[in-house]
Amino acid sequence: MFKNYFKIAIAVLKRRKFFTFISLFGISFTLTVLMVATAFVNKVVSSDYPDLKRDRCLYVNRVEMRNTKEGWYNQSSPSYYLAEHYISTLKVPQKISISSFSRRTNAYVNDKKIFIEYQFTNADYWTVGDFIFLEGKPYTQQQISNAERVAVISESTKKAYFGDVPVAVGKYIEADNVSYRVIGVVKGVSKTMQVYYADLYLPYTVSKTDYKRKSLMGDYKVILLAGTKADVSRMKQEFNAMIAKVPIDNKQYDKMYIHADGAFEDLCRRMVGDGLNSGVFKLVSLVGLVVFLFLLLPTINLVNINITRIMERSSEIGVRKAFGASSRTLVYQFIVENLILTFIGGGIGLIFSILVIYQINALELIPNLDLRLNVSVLLYSLLACLFFGLLSGVYPAWRMSRLNVVRALKS
Amino acid sequence: MIRLQNIEKVYRTDTVETLAVNGISLDIAQGEFLSIMGPSGCGKSTLLNIMGLLDEPSKGSVRIDNQDISHFSDRKLASFRNQKLGFIFQSYHLINDLQVVDNVELPLLYRNSTAKERRRLAEAALEKVGLSNRLKHFPTQLSGGQRQRVAIARAIVGSPQIILADEPTGNLDSVMGNEIMDILINLNQREGTTIVMVTHDENMAHKTHRLVRLFDGSQVQ
Repeated sequence: MFKNYFKIAIAVLKRRKFFTFISLFGISFTLTVLMVATAFVNKVVSSDYPDLKRDRCLYVNRVEMRNTKEGWYNQSSPSYYLAEHYISTLKVPQKISISSFSRRTNAYVNDKKIFIEYQFTNADYWTVGDFIFLEGKPYTQQQISNAERVAVISESTKKAYFGDVPVAVGKYIEADNVSYRVIGVVKGVSKTMQVYYADLYLPYTVSKTDYKRKSLMGDYKVILLAGTKADVSRMKQEFNAMIAKVPIDNKQYDKMYIHADGAFEDLCRRMVGDGLNSGVFKLVSLVGLVVFLFLLLPTINLVNINITRIMERSSEIGVRKAFGASSRTLVYQFIVENLILTFIGGGIGLIFSILVIYQINALELIPNLDLRLNVSVLLYSLLACLFFGLLSGVYPAWRMSRLNVVRALKS
Repeated sequence: MIRLQNIEKVYRTDTVETLAVNGISLDIAQGEFLSIMGPSGCGKSTLLNIMGLLDEPSKGSVRIDNQDISHFSDRKLASFRNQKLGFIFQSYHLINDLQVVDNVELPLLYRNSTAKERRRLAEAALEKVGLSNRLKHFPTQLSGGQRQRVAIARAIVGSPQIILADEPTGNLDSVMGNEIMDILINLNQREGTTIVMVTHDENMAHKTHRLVRLFDGSQVQ
């Protein structure tokens, strides 16, 4: 039966080539945008180099102080003091990575200005993140304690700053008017990997700002790494118990929220959440709504085209009904046909997506982005095709299946 | 085989009410070949559609093979049509996008038969109407007479007990019309299929067992 539907679907596509072009263009364009967007979202929300231990990590990125009486609040990142003085006392985490948010400076190479994003880190940073060292190694706890002016740079920084030299380790790089000795070169991190992206990594002890300042709010971020996946919830409990005891250091506020979130929860909280709410539901609903609205317009267009096309086939509907097709069977047939059309459009969309993603990667609009159409992206795209096909096929199919046989045969 | 009792069919619009069939009762025996004649608009096709369960009467009852179909659901009605009835239409109603053999297989798609079985039965049906050399052709590549033979093959492929033919020779010249008529007579005589045929052609009608004449929706003979 499916073969018969397939033959009909292909024949119908061949019949009115302009309609087919409009339909397939709409579907493939929509799905291309969706697939590229999905590849991007997948890149952001999935484990990726060097953040490969996400299932064992909790992220502390936000401190929120509230004045509940007057109803206002202040949000910031954790300070180094909070990380060192309180969070580092936790027993369950195997490692605790502390790093500053990236700062930007300029460097001049052969009269050419290059931008360098740098961050300060502790030693655990290099074991919590799975960095690939192309040259050298990370700085040690001893070097940090000695406040040695050493640096790890990314491979793109090596190229931009030193040119095509075989080895950068041992050379000096100047940033923010300070000269640092390069001791390691790492494979570049995608810009979307906010926690780990930088061009230059430095020991926190060489920071010019007063990282020891006794304030809970600052510009650092903390990653807690559990020994096993099973320890993560215990780690969270310990973190929450510890935070509950941290005194609020500013009398303006009477309530403080600091969360150790999983990677996705952390992303949601940073984007749309706050201290009270992680924002997961809000973000997922928002993305769902945007996708739905984005699909709605081409769907309505496809519904119209489908109705016109099916109307042309009223004689066929009449014959099928006369020879034993129930309304339900016809609905099924038209939905299957529409799904075939959608999947052909999806196939074209996939080819377009590969080309677009190749171009995005080649243009390096976002450093080290390296978008890919992996299995999960394909799976999501498949779901999108299915959803799109059903959405645009059900109504015309239902309408046509209700057609009176005698009238259908007469038309 | 078919029992119609006091059938009425009224078509209503906002302003007009048309009585297409007016109190017709008819018994058609198993293996009978009956023709229905009458001027255009006298209700022949409407009556045939009611017999074929394609249309509902406004009044009266239809029994086919001793079953009252008035309470059948859409699904059961579809299955009943599929098992018991075959249709031949004046304008063939073949699906031009499908090859001849796929057109003939169509009624079997709605049964639990395998692709192999469907193909075997379709080929056998096409053999009966003398078109076994046209399996892979498309309807548009055939003459009118050949198309109607494909339509007959489609009607008989599922071995229905009843065939309802609505002016099957109406679009054909007399030679081709006679060919089609011979196939139907053969089918009736050899396989005992009950056939009800609507026609305008007296000659064709006289070849059948019984002739029913309608006028203004009523039976006059």
